[in-house]
Amino acid sequence: MELIQLFFEFFKVGLFAIGGGLATIPFLQEMSVNTGWFTLSQLADMVAISESTPGPIGINMASYVGYLTSGLTGEIVATLGIITPSIIIILSIAKFLKAFKNNTYVKSAFYSMRPASSALIASATISLIPIVFFTKSMINVDNLKINCVVLFIVLFLLIKKYNKIHPACFILIAAIAGVVFQL
Amino acid sequence: MNKYLDLYLTFARIGGLTFGGGYAMLPILQKEVVDKKGWSSESELMDYYAIGQCTPGIIAVNTATFVGENTAGTMGGIIATLGVVSPSIIIIGIIAALVNNFMAIELVQHAFNGIRVCVIVLMINAVCKLSKTSIVDKFTLFIFISIIIATSIFDISPMILVFLAAISGIIYSKAKGK
Repeated sequence: MELIQLFFEFFKVGLFAIGGGLATIPFLQEMSVNTGWFTLSQLADMVAISESTPGPIGINMASYVGYLTSGLTGEIVATLGIITPSIIIILSIAKFLKAFKNNTYVKSAFYSMRPASSALIASATISLIPIVFFTKSMINVDNLKINCVVLFIVLFLLIKKYNKIHPACFILIAAIAGVVFQL
Repeated sequence: MNKYLDLYLTFARIGGLTFGGGYAMLPILQKEVVDKKGWSSESELMDYYAIGQCTPGIIAVNTATFVGENTAGTMGGIIATLGVVSPSIIIIGIIAALVNNFMAIELVQHAFNGIRVCVIVLMINAVCKLSKTSIVDKFTLFIFISIIIATSIFDISPMILVFLAAISGIIYSKAKGK
């Protein structure tokens, strides 16, 4: 019974959370209150872990809650719950787009949605700057983490010079640098 | 290799290498899906992101479903999505089972502080690449700049911004008589 409820709780999150992983947090807060599967402080830990482990944040959170409720089976059920609405909706849109891809309205909508999408990704990048380069996310000269800035410049030059190398190599280099230089 | 297996493994790799959610997935997607496999073009990827932001669900999942569907139909969409979520299930399972205070481990903190710097560099790089395909004239440049300003000053949902952009694109094209 609990597995069925788990599936549908996450199905709801997948259906109503618009705009990516962090948009799931308000829904998970509600779930915590309604079901008692996890506490609000466990939720805070989950967010931290989900943000810093590989994988989409929303999926990591679903996996975590699923694990806390019923182990590995719970993980799989919760994850399937959260992805099912996406799969159904996106498959329908994809079919629709194939049929209407030469429609002038669809074309001109995409023409202006593309720069919008790039801008949102640029903004997401900008919003990470205080978190990464300043202690306590406070922007002033005293809080600037000089060694992070140095790593940033080094990585930036490396990626520009060796743009054929897989991004994962740079992530690994950065992780090692983080440990070695105690970032 | 079997197309479905290829989709599954490629997306599992993408999921396992994504640190920080859907937006941070972009550099890896560009590398794997556009450069290596040729399953989508840069501008198709942008379309998927744009739609993924205004439809329900997780952006990474929405994008995986799109690319999979485009490559190998409905089953392709489902398989790519299962691929992108598999590493999460394994990694989170291990962390939840074995480690009590994962984020309190000093070594982990240092490693992640380094990784975050790298994620910013990769994202800047990805945005530069995308801008070349998405900012093609004055109007698209105007949209790009307005949205950056709007998101930094106001707390507006990305969904609304993408919708507004779509509508203004339609009006602009109509007005220009294209």
